[in-house]
Amino acid sequence: MTAKANETGAAAGVYAPPAGASGSPDGTPVSLRNLTRAFGATKALDGMSLDIAPGELIALLGPSGCGKTTALRIVAGFEYADSGEVLVNGKDVSEVPASKRDMGMVFQSYSLFPNMSALDNVGFGLRMRKTAAAQRRSKAAELLDMVGLSAQAGQYPHQLSGGQQQRVALARALAIEPHVLLLDEPLSALDAKVRLQLREQIRTLQQRLGTTTIFVTHDQEEALSMADRVGVMSNGRLEQVAEPAELYTRPATAFVAEFVGTMNRLPAEVAGPGTVTVLGTSCAAMEGHPTSGPVDVLVRPEGLTVAPASGGNGIVSGRTFLGAVTRLAVLLSGDTEVRVDVPSATALAMAPGTSVQVGLPPTPVLVAPRQQ
Amino acid sequence: MATLTSAAGQAVSPEHSRKRRRPQGQSSLWRWVVMIIAGVYFLVPLYAALRFAGLSGFKEVFTTPGFGSSLWLSIRLAAVTWIVSMLLMIPTTVYVHLRMPGLRRLLEGVTILPIVIPPVVLIIGVLQVMPLALRASVWLLALEYVVLAMPFAYRALDAGLRAIDVKTLTEAAGSLGAGWLSTMWRVILPNMRTAVISATILIVALVLGEFTMASLDLKQTFPVWIVLFDQENAQISVAASIFALFVTWVFLMLITVIATRQSRRTGGGEVTLFTVAPQQTIGN
Repeated sequence: MTAKANETGAAAGVYAPPAGASGSPDGTPVSLRNLTRAFGATKALDGMSLDIAPGELIALLGPSGCGKTTALRIVAGFEYADSGEVLVNGKDVSEVPASKRDMGMVFQSYSLFPNMSALDNVGFGLRMRKTAAAQRRSKAAELLDMVGLSAQAGQYPHQLSGGQQQRVALARALAIEPHVLLLDEPLSALDAKVRLQLREQIRTLQQRLGTTTIFVTHDQEEALSMADRVGVMSNGRLEQVAEPAELYTRPATAFVAEFVGTMNRLPAEVAGPGTVTVLGTSCAAMEGHPTSGPVDVLVRPEGLTVAPASGGNGIVSGRTFLGAVTRLAVLLSGDTEVRVDVPSATALAMAPGTSVQVGLPPTPVLVAPRQQ
Repeated sequence: MATLTSAAGQAVSPEHSRKRRRPQGQSSLWRWVVMIIAGVYFLVPLYAALRFAGLSGFKEVFTTPGFGSSLWLSIRLAAVTWIVSMLLMIPTTVYVHLRMPGLRRLLEGVTILPIVIPPVVLIIGVLQVMPLALRASVWLLALEYVVLAMPFAYRALDAGLRAIDVKTLTEAAGSLGAGWLSTMWRVILPNMRTAVISATILIVALVLGEFTMASLDLKQTFPVWIVLFDQENAQISVAASIFALFVTWVFLMLITVIATRQSRRTGGGEVTLFTVAPQQTIGN
């Protein structure tokens, strides 16, 4: 399996650095320039721009209706943009029909052709390219092997499980050696365990082949674990495009902060330039914080400290065991509830009802205008 | 024609009735009562007809003048009606599903019109406005049958398209490099096979049984011949209708068996006659 794959993908096993253009030699750069698209009064895309490096896997993450699927469909050629352009390898493809764009796509709903066996499904794109039958069959078999479904080559879609169907769909999309691989929530119809396996499989294959990939998802865990970079979208705009770790630790906006991972909001006051007062102590604020008006400090559950203390500033109101860590819900004065992650061993001492002291670490905190 | 509907219906959806079976004794008793009443209702006239026609009637029917030519005409009309209907309705339904799903309701309403308007009214209107050349041709009848069959053809095809995700399949084919012709021929049509077969059953049954239009159009189709010949020799005429019933039944069974095998192979959408058309007016 590996040997065959190596023939097709020169960058086998090599992690393509996100920003660097030194990914796979086969990889294709893709640029979205100022895309807009309105459906009636709703702006699905509102000036979206994004540069994708060759061989990069970029995830578009956002709530439903944020425009991520519209963006993907515009790249695929199923939808047109009111303005803006899509550059593939530096060329504007806006006028090119979907069937001529050489883009492999995996859909959210099962999209295998029910009348064809798995092998014929995978070979369909090659058939459309008039590849000789023998060559088509061996290429299709090779790809089925790559997704681990050689044994199912002769089966029809209705005989395959959901996960198997999506793997065949992936093989089918890759069979045409596409410039760009487009994944439209391909895992969302699958159950959790299959989803995890397939996630890894897609990522491994994508890195091995070095295919530039756009992955649309509403599942942040999926986006963070698979992508080189994640673009968080809201209201037709990209709020932030960054590597997963940066997105998590240094969210650019309150929307990103709260959409990615769990976030606590603590009421605070601006004490001066670069400082806020929160939980009775003064804290350094990250750059770009509001300088006036009511504000909140945003902290992750693992960013707060908590310890049992009689007469502390909070009372434990709930305790959820998550394995290595336990998530405590703590009710602070003023009816603010925060979630705090602590090592499970430590959490034993803090049953619901325990009085605790919640504190902030000395690092700069993210400050945002207060939400009503 | 009522027997025809029930026979085809039973053949197509045995699973359906099995699922509904309840173990309670009372409902089982009632089911038998209903089945026996229905059976008597359908089978007694058949038996009476068989008795009336007798063996001699069946011997003579095939050599009776007009039998062969009128049956052949009806078969050709069924074929032409089927071809024209499919050429018109398949692209239309696919297009509406893909591009104008909002129009589906409207189309459903429009296609039901031929059922609402009595065939007598339709044919008289058509005969009033048609040029003589077309009025003299038997193929005018085929065109009228296309209109008459439209409600059934549309519903069958619509149900078939609903069973598959046309949009995703079309887009998947498109992204793999297929133009609209390849998409239609290799992806959409093969997955509509059951629906097309349903539509075929309905169209054939309709054309083989239609009397009013053919009679007013002065064309001697099989049903028209049966009625005309009835005045000459009722026994042979009854034998001919039983024969027609049998032929239609065998034909429908054949189509159903093929359709079932096909849909079992690919797990495609099961389209039964029941989901496809209102039963009341297959034929006249």
